Amino acid sequence: MSPTWVFISELVLVGLVFLMFYAILGLFLVYLERRVCAFIQNRLGPNRVGPQGIFQTIADLIKLLFKELFIIKNADRFLFNLAPFIVIIASLMAIGSLPYAKGLQAIDFNIGIFYILAVTSLGVVGILLAGWSSNSKYSLLGAMRSGAQIISYELSVGLSMLAIIIFSGSMQLSVIVESQANGWWIFKGHIPAFISFIIFLIAATAETNRGPFDLAEAESELTAGFHTEYTGIRFAFFFLAEYMNMFLAAALATTLFLGGWMPLHFGIDTQFNHIMDFIPPVVWFFGKTFFVIYIIMLFKWTFPRLRIDQLLTLEWKYLLPINLFNIVLIAFLVLMGWHF
Amino acid sequence: MGESNTYQQIIHLTDRMDYLSAHQNNEAVSLLVEKALGIEVPERVKVIRTILSELGRLGSHQLWWAAFGMDLGALTTFFYGLRDREKILDIFEESFGSRLLHSYICPGGLMNDVHPNFKTRIKELIPYLRKKLPEYDQLLTGNVIFTERSKNIGYMSLQDAIGYGITGPSGRGSGFACDIRKVEPYSAYDRVDFKEILLTEGDTFARYQVRILEMYESLKILEQLVDQIPDGDYTVKMKPIIKLPEGEYYQRVETARGELGVYVVSTGDKYPDRIRFRTPNFSNLFIIDKLARGHKIADLVAISGSLDLVIPDIDR
Amino acid sequence: MNAFFNYFSEIGRGVKTLLKGMQITNGYFFKPREIVTQKYPENRATLKMFDQFKGEVIMPHDENNQHRCTGCGICENNCPNGSIQILTRKETNAEGKSIRVIDKHIYHLSMCTFCGLCIKTCPSDAITWGQTFEHAVFDRNKLTKVLNQPGSTIKKEVKE
Repeated sequence: MSPTWVFISELVLVGLVFLMFYAILGLFLVYLERRVCAFIQNRLGPNRVGPQGIFQTIADLIKLLFKELFIIKNADRFLFNLAPFIVIIASLMAIGSLPYAKGLQAIDFNIGIFYILAVTSLGVVGILLAGWSSNSKYSLLGAMRSGAQIISYELSVGLSMLAIIIFSGSMQLSVIVESQANGWWIFKGHIPAFISFIIFLIAATAETNRGPFDLAEAESELTAGFHTEYTGIRFAFFFLAEYMNMFLAAALATTLFLGGWMPLHFGIDTQFNHIMDFIPPVVWFFGKTFFVIYIIMLFKWTFPRLRIDQLLTLEWKYLLPINLFNIVLIAFLVLMGWHF
Repeated sequence: MGESNTYQQIIHLTDRMDYLSAHQNNEAVSLLVEKALGIEVPERVKVIRTILSELGRLGSHQLWWAAFGMDLGALTTFFYGLRDREKILDIFEESFGSRLLHSYICPGGLMNDVHPNFKTRIKELIPYLRKKLPEYDQLLTGNVIFTERSKNIGYMSLQDAIGYGITGPSGRGSGFACDIRKVEPYSAYDRVDFKEILLTEGDTFARYQVRILEMYESLKILEQLVDQIPDGDYTVKMKPIIKLPEGEYYQRVETARGELGVYVVSTGDKYPDRIRFRTPNFSNLFIIDKLARGHKIADLVAISGSLDLVIPDIDR
Repeated sequence: MNAFFNYFSEIGRGVKTLLKGMQITNGYFFKPREIVTQKYPENRATLKMFDQFKGEVIMPHDENNQHRCTGCGICENNCPNGSIQILTRKETNAEGKSIRVIDKHIYHLSMCTFCGLCIKTCPSDAITWGQTFEHAVFDRNKLTKVLNQPGSTIKKEVKE
């Protein structure tokens, strides 16, 4: 076969693999959330459909597929149909660029982090389109609030990521993971990296409209949010995109702060490192990601919701100044060489 | 509807008004009939009625806490509150067979005697709740997000509380000393030692705190009474058809939400000529307009949750 | 300067309360023995209600198919909303006198409020609480039950 055909078929195969991965991981995450929240609340989660209830999400998906997809009068039909796809495309593009193990990366940009930030900002466009084209004032209000929230918190996310970029000196994701071969940045960068990690976690849950920051879409708030007018499979897309955004946030936290697929090393070439190397890198990556996902789920199920003005106060008056100060501190540390 | 029922039949209707304080509602009508006929119930009946009122109050406050947390977004509080309330409902189910609507306290005493396990179960309940109630505080009360959402929201001054007739924990959060258990003690309340919780801040957080502290006081009352249930009859022999002498009668009790008043006008017949209930939720409802002005829509949820309204009480 | 320190101490206090809340939920995640769910349809064999559970009103019959109901109608009078209907018929007994005997004791489970007045005021202790609670049916007529079984007679020692 000619080289172009090989190239194209390779692209198609990789794309299919990623779509399958995305879908299966999405189904699994929904099931995991229901189980985790059930255990926290002293009850069993789904446990009847399939062994231990693992087919519950598939049953829900089949139910959603049967729902009627109705068209709203006076709604902008093209944008209304387009909005769910934009959110899915944005999160899929971002997940496709993460390093899952040494060499197991679809594409290795030299501006990896910058690319991820740019692509996740497309998700905001999807949400605003959803609210606008629904032709309902409550959806529009919800979408505006959600849009304001996401745009504000993108600043904090970006600045936290900047901290690690300063430490490791590169924006390329594989280089950042390789630079943690002698210890994860959360340990090597001691206090400033830890502060950045905490801020990243808080800002990332706010980015994904989850947890205590979910007033734009919560059931007991008065406006039901930007996805009120969506039924059936289109609603399923928004739902799925939200869970995969959570996975993306956790995977980013793992890659930047907790070492990605790198096992737990302290120093170079010690006996401890050799023992840690026995566990395969993919297991390390997913283990760490699920640990961070568990923390994000704990946030959601423990805390009451923040009001919109408290949310924005948190960002602009607390997280942003601390972040800026942190960046200056880290730059100074790197200059002086006072990190490990 | 009460006017076409005899006095014993009204009991099962009162349960359904404020279904979370079913015992206190039944007690109101029973005390009124006993006061009108001049009957003195045995000591055992008085003590058991007080114990049941306090258990009902605990259960009602736990359900309120569960629903309040859930309205504000902390979804796990719902399950913790209901899980602990199950123990109280098990006690009820064992003694009288139903968990929510009992119609157990009737004129003359009780419908049937309590189960022998009543005392042991309450003795197991008290240490269990003493361990769990501080967890409620740790989970919700101390939480900075919760305090930000409830402090200085919905301020109700003492003038407003008295003017609108806000009784119960909502009024006590503004300093209105309206606890009927202290003002006009009935059943065995004059024998137990408990504090009336009064706070003066008047905001949502104060109303919340009053109810949490009242749960501790209820536990204290239970501890004092559970060992002192005297033996004796569980009811006084009453005539099958109860006829009150002519006149007007009024009786007040303290339900979990405030003061419940029963007013009966009797012409000597077996049906009351006129019966009217002054329910706490009806009066508590109308202050939401005044409290919510100037706040955001998200605060409306917090304010109406802190007033603890049960809707059937409003419609009767 | 004071405001500066206040800023940080406020943040510190807030974070501490949040961590304490997470400590509780985290604790419950790792305690599977605190799970209180009962797997209902599977545990029907071992599920036992309490003795005095108010499931429905039943008329107990002994092994000779005899009950204690005399058809006096006191329960029908005391029921607040008419969930009980007593139908009687006249029969001549062994001594040749014409007496009233219960024909059907109709009990409308769909209207019953479970107040217990019928059971309390029955002079011959004929009816009592049963313990079944699975009353869901597809047809409302199935909720109207006749409490005395066909062909049953009254016990000898029950007086009027």
